Amino acid sequence: MALSNVLQTPAAGFNFDNAARNAALEGLFDGRTPTPLKTGTTIAGVVFKDGVVLGADTRATSSEVVADKMCAKIHYIAPNMYCCGAGTAADTEKTTDLLSSNLTIFSLNSGRNPRVIMAVNILQDMLYRYHGQIGASLILGGVDCTGNHLYTVGPYGSVDKMPYLSMGSGHLAALGVLEDGYKPDLELDKAKELVCVAIHTGIMSDLGSGNNIDICVITRQGVDYIRPYQVSEYQDKRKTKYKYGPGTTPVLTEKVVPLKLEVVEEAVQPLDTA
Amino acid sequence: MNTRGLRSQLKDSVPVAGLCPQGAYGVQDSLRSGFTSIKNELLPSHPLELSEKNFQPNQDKMNFSTLRSIQGLHAPLKLQMEYRAARQIQRLPFLQSSNLALDTLRGNDESIGFEDILNDPFQSEMMGEPHIMVEYQLGLL
Repeated sequence: MALSNVLQTPAAGFNFDNAARNAALEGLFDGRTPTPLKTGTTIAGVVFKDGVVLGADTRATSSEVVADKMCAKIHYIAPNMYCCGAGTAADTEKTTDLLSSNLTIFSLNSGRNPRVIMAVNILQDMLYRYHGQIGASLILGGVDCTGNHLYTVGPYGSVDKMPYLSMGSGHLAALGVLEDGYKPDLELDKAKELVCVAIHTGIMSDLGSGNNIDICVITRQGVDYIRPYQVSEYQDKRKTKYKYGPGTTPVLTEKVVPLKLEVVEEAVQPLDTA
Repeated sequence: MNTRGLRSQLKDSVPVAGLCPQGAYGVQDSLRSGFTSIKNELLPSHPLELSEKNFQPNQDKMNFSTLRSIQGLHAPLKLQMEYRAARQIQRLPFLQSSNLALDTLRGNDESIGFEDILNDPFQSEMMGEPHIMVEYQLGLL
């Protein structure tokens, strides 16, 4: 009881109390400590003549189980910017949400459209501050007054600006395709095909990526978010319904017990209709 | 409560109960802080715990030193005076203050970070005992 008297409210932000608990529990698991769940992803982006094309697979995994077959990995940041996220799903979700909110506040305050470089700076500061503990590898693409931009931000805050990028567990496979097929000033259809093939290769070569492919095309005129762009050929086509019709299970006995309720207290409150 | 400069506000470590007791004369104040348990305090904390605790003072230090190089000594001095004044606008000790003036000065009212979403002090489920906390602040206890 003495402890709560001159209490200091815990500081806002992250709470690290569980670190001590985890350290204390370490000896109890016989080497089978539960590990944080990582998700597999393939995300890619390409800058083309009129804008940026972003692509992502749609599988979210929990170790060996597919947790979500139609997960949306391309997050909205601003009307002219979208961000693909790889790594821990919760981290990418929250980080991109915070980024989007910050940019909205900025554009409301200043009356200007946010630029891609601003988003990159905010992300870099945020992720560097947490020294990689927030596992978010992001590919940020957008079109602003200075042109078409594609950046990648790593979990430790590293930034790279390239005309084509891929991240996630399937990034090596996708990067091979991108390296081979990229040319400066691609046309829209060629760019979409290139990203689609890159993601597809990532899906085929990596166990953590799979299901459908989402594509997001950002141009000066607007955004085209195609979800799904390409449905997986291994889509689950069930031949029959698995719902059981009424009467499938025979009823052996039935016993009805009416509940006896007595009115204990009755209060009538007239509604105040004005 | 030595507030000479920002350096004194930096915390070199997460506080250890047994080594640096908070009571008067350096003796453990069992009435206010409860019994000590060195083992609980010495367990390794999260690598980010220290850097997060010191983040705001470090940012301020960096900004003030840049400001001093650009505009001269008067700029950080005046700003620090304003910060000190804004920090003093608080409610009773057991009530949460919105720190609106301090946030506006720092520019935190125009940005959202994890400290605005997680562990909001207004949603804290623990509250100190009002009488004891006021008496402690007034030095009566």
